[in-house]
Amino acid sequence: MSVAVLDRPRSKAIARPAPPDPLISMRAVCKGYGSGVTRNEVLSNINLNLRKGEFLAIVGFSGSGKTTLTKLLAGLEMPDSGEIVMNNEVIKGPSQERGIVFQNYSLLPWLTVRGNIALSVDRVFKHWSRGERRDHVEKFVEMVGLSHAVHRRPHELSGGMRQRVSLARTLAMKPNVLLLDEPLSALDALTRSVLQEEILKIWEEERQTCLLITNDVDEAILLADRIVPLNPGPNASLGPAFSVELERPRDKTALNHNETFKGLRNAVTNYLVAVRQKSRDDEALATEASPIELPDLQPRSLRVPRGRAG
Amino acid sequence: MNWRGNALKFCDVAGLPALEPFVRLLAGEDVKEQLKGIAKFVVLPVAAVAVFLLLWSAAARTVVTDSMRLPSPTDTWTAGKELFAMHSAQRAEDLKVKQEKTMQAVTLLAQANAVTKQAESATGERKETLLANALVLKKKAVQAANYRPSSAPTFVDQIITSLKTVFVGFAIATLIAVPIGVLCGMSPWCNAALTPFIQIFKPVSPLAWLPLAFLIIVWAYSGTQPGDNFFDKAFLISAITVSLCSLWPTLVNTTLGVASVDKDYMNVARVLKLSWSQQLFKIILPASLPLMFAGLRISLGVGWMVLIAADMLAQNPGLGKFVWDEFQNGSSQTYARIAFSVIIIGLIGLVLDRIMIFMRNLVSFGDPQAA
Repeated sequence: MSVAVLDRPRSKAIARPAPPDPLISMRAVCKGYGSGVTRNEVLSNINLNLRKGEFLAIVGFSGSGKTTLTKLLAGLEMPDSGEIVMNNEVIKGPSQERGIVFQNYSLLPWLTVRGNIALSVDRVFKHWSRGERRDHVEKFVEMVGLSHAVHRRPHELSGGMRQRVSLARTLAMKPNVLLLDEPLSALDALTRSVLQEEILKIWEEERQTCLLITNDVDEAILLADRIVPLNPGPNASLGPAFSVELERPRDKTALNHNETFKGLRNAVTNYLVAVRQKSRDDEALATEASPIELPDLQPRSLRVPRGRAG
Repeated sequence: MNWRGNALKFCDVAGLPALEPFVRLLAGEDVKEQLKGIAKFVVLPVAAVAVFLLLWSAAARTVVTDSMRLPSPTDTWTAGKELFAMHSAQRAEDLKVKQEKTMQAVTLLAQANAVTKQAESATGERKETLLANALVLKKKAVQAANYRPSSAPTFVDQIITSLKTVFVGFAIATLIAVPIGVLCGMSPWCNAALTPFIQIFKPVSPLAWLPLAFLIIVWAYSGTQPGDNFFDKAFLISAITVSLCSLWPTLVNTTLGVASVDKDYMNVARVLKLSWSQQLFKIILPASLPLMFAGLRISLGVGWMVLIAADMLAQNPGLGKFVWDEFQNGSSQTYARIAFSVIIIGLIGLVLDRIMIFMRNLVSFGDPQAA
């Protein structure tokens, strides 16, 4: 049985062979920002296992703490409580083992496409010869189909091309885990769909452990083996995992008519909508629960009665 | 078609939008559109200058007192031509004297050689005297060869002195401001420590700094003879005043540039585990260069403005001193010359500013927001 999410009912648990040891596990992780009255709890009690070779998608509404979750996994932020363990070692900071693709590309604007990718390659594969590193860069430029644009700088590229560069930069590091933080959210629908298929293709070749954060349920189902919804914050926690039992290689157009796909999409979407409704109701209830106690005041005349004066 | 793209890019980077319509016209683009561009960037400014000259002439006829009057544009132009004519005349004279001196040196050397030869054949006391004579002749020859014209500096010399001063001052300011700015930008603690100094000294006028710069230079030069120092005292006082005033824009902008490096770039650096120096040279400095150069541009502008005042007070033989001396000596040409030097000061300031814009555009990378 897949016990990816602890302490949660599993709505769509499907029997599976005993899972391999998790590559990364998050245990009772809480994270918030600020202190005192401005304290804002973002994530609470997050338990997640990411298994070797699996493609896991985390789906949630915007503002529910998805980016914080990736930053925690990448080691760019430290949890307030709980721990994140990779290969039996607690994550204490960023590492080249965990490559991250940022939502806003984060390309260095003064470097060309090749320069941006070479920056990572030169750093990660320091011991390689210059020629080896150059070939490595070329290979990944080609993989994302940008051979014609190696000399261009980021501001001369479209959003889709920039995200390809960002993807190539991270893939070229050969990380053990690939963290994709809403990589396609900033793109238009057409580019998005093309890039989804490319990510799918690249992943099916490499079968790298991958964690995708997204707000698009269709995207999650198309790419992932397992989908975990993130309940809306503050105090966001993870919902029950949904397994995606769709054959690979997957084809986007064919999937649109697939009954499993449709059922899964409805299940995930309904779950997300329901949790959001519930959290809104809770919030409304919390406001109602403490009504302001009005003071008991009565009007009273202060006029001096006639006749007594003087 | 590629030459057009390159030419347009050059216009853009060099900050010369006036050339753009001509390039497009040459490339055969829509004529009407380009004429509009030419009207905007060429015809309109020229017309504005013409109007200004008319107003100036009118003012020159009105502003007249018993002893002096506002120079008209023609007076100014004549005075300017005269200044340059004086410069060439002076140069020609200096060259003539120099040639004479060189000739003299050659003759003296020949004489010295002849005397030495005589000495070879002579003996005893006579040989000693001849050799001594030869030595004296040789010394004279060297003196003549090393002759430097000691005439008063011309207008062009003064422009060159001013430029040298401003560049030395600007270089000192840059060497101090950029490292401190980087430090302040990287460490909020450092910034908090230095903020009071920056806030207090930034608005101080050069005239207030100058006596202190004077004091420091006099202290540094105490015990040395005039002439055995590479820099002139007055020159250094001016240069240091310039740097003290032009330090602040660079410092503030560098701090801002370094402190506001996109957090995402720093995240990239952290994931790649770049070392401190790699972070500095591969991420922080390139990312903050555009703002840094914006600061340098303001600094150079401030420096040039301050220099004129510093020259006046420190008696550094630059443009400021020229204006001051003219004002003091009060010939009929005085005000025309001052007006001419005002225009020259403005033009040089413009050129310096353009150079800085060009350099800033070279290090900018499109729209940093979009990347």
